[in-house]
Amino acid sequence: MSEATGAVENLQLDVRDLEVHYDGIRALHGVSFSVPKGEIVTLIGANGAGKTSILRAISGLTPYAGSIVFEGQDLQRVPAHQIVGLGIAHVPEGRGIFGNLTVQENLRLATWQRKDKEEIEIDYDRVFTIFPRLMERRDQPSGTLSGGEQQMLAVGRALMSRGRLLLLDEPSMGLAPRLVREIFRVIEDINQTGVTILLVEQNANMALRIASRAYVLETGAVILSGAGRELLGDPRVKEAYLGA
Amino acid sequence: MSDGIVYWLQQILNALQLGSIYALIALGYTMVYGILTMINFAHGDVFMIGAFFCFLAATALGLSFAPTLLLTMLGAALLGVVIERLAYKPLRNAPRVSAIITALGVGLFLENFTLALAPYPKHIPPLLENVTWNLGGVSVSSLQVIIIFLSLGLMIVLDYVVHRTPVGMAMRAISWDKTFVPLMGIPVNLIISITFAIGAGLAGAAGTMYALAYPVIDPYMGIMVGWKAFISAVVGGIGNIRGAMIGAFILGGVEIMVAAFFPSTYRDFVAFTLLLLLIVIRPYGILGQPRIQKV
Repeated sequence: MSEATGAVENLQLDVRDLEVHYDGIRALHGVSFSVPKGEIVTLIGANGAGKTSILRAISGLTPYAGSIVFEGQDLQRVPAHQIVGLGIAHVPEGRGIFGNLTVQENLRLATWQRKDKEEIEIDYDRVFTIFPRLMERRDQPSGTLSGGEQQMLAVGRALMSRGRLLLLDEPSMGLAPRLVREIFRVIEDINQTGVTILLVEQNANMALRIASRAYVLETGAVILSGAGRELLGDPRVKEAYLGA
Repeated sequence: MSDGIVYWLQQILNALQLGSIYALIALGYTMVYGILTMINFAHGDVFMIGAFFCFLAATALGLSFAPTLLLTMLGAALLGVVIERLAYKPLRNAPRVSAIITALGVGLFLENFTLALAPYPKHIPPLLENVTWNLGGVSVSSLQVIIIFLSLGLMIVLDYVVHRTPVGMAMRAISWDKTFVPLMGIPVNLIISITFAIGAGLAGAAGTMYALAYPVIDPYMGIMVGWKAFISAVVGGIGNIRGAMIGAFILGGVEIMVAAFFPSTYRDFVAFTLLLLLIVIRPYGILGQPRIQKV
């Protein structure tokens, strides 16, 4: 694959031969891909293709075989709660917000390991600028937010940890088309500020439009990769994921 | 004051004292349930060990009240952490019934271990000079005042910790769903240990106060009191901190009233009937919320 020849120091994330098992069933068999610094990379594929397992492995939520290297550091032995401190923020599937906590508390939770009080205040302002709805609702229990607002909160919360790599698991799931467009616009904006994005999506059409590089997963393995726009025109992708 | 009012005030005071002790123990049940959805049936025995720590600190070390209380709370907190690490943590992903059986086993171990070391009931020396005041016919003992205010103080501190501090926020996040808590950079095991330490520490404080109020202690004293505290937690809505406190004062009140108007042997019967009725009428307790089980 051509990306492997790229300069290693420009890689934010390098995943080699990743294998994940759940209760003896192999969810991933030998997935390799890399994410260059500052780019948007997407993993697309049907339900059960193993996309979520990849993100869970990167964040240390699930044990795996193979290697995951972030900015030159092997993550294999790093405990899950230390991954975010290294610079990886994860918006999990189903958003993973804490419904019994207020909006503000959810945001504050992601600053657990940060000591820079003034910078944290700046980040609150930034999140509330991107998502003014969260500002209006910040003292409300987050369980009372609409699906779209919860997604905004999940993204905002990930920003509060100031990660250099943002993992997004199906941010469009369950949202109305207008909100999907808004979320994707925000993702591009965040990327413009220098944050690298690894985006997992079932909405292949939207994901491929904004991604510089894309990998297609099928039953736990990468079957196709290329530039986002390129895959958008690929007949195999069209048939399987774009409903053409 | 008329005799009737005096009588009622006296009973309310007694109910507050009993309720305070139930509340301190109930908080441990409810916190552990909130964070791990597990009933820690060894918790009543941690309370008992607290009473024995109090005995040791007061007799072997000859300490006065304040250091005895502090040492007992620290000892019980440490015991709580050790129990969780050794007995419950290995079973965290096992079926829930395994953890419950283990908790019952830990409780039996604590009772029989204590029985082996202390086969006869122990007498707690009077650590506090007990003064009794007569306020318009209502007799108020200094011990009662200390138990009630110290318990309320501990409850206020706990409520503050849970609702206003980062550690409390992490506890509440774990109680919602611990799957994604590590993504926040929060070490889940540490927060669980802190929860057990606080719960057991409060049971230790309850053990000390109970031992001062009823100064003969034995290895089985934690069983019935533990059940009562558990009922309190369920009545208030298990998993809910404020609910546990409310439930404890309701149960304390009910028990004192039963003892006042009926033969006192009816007391436990009424307490358990209350639990059964509540489970039928309002299974989630007074402040509890029915939650959809997430997959």
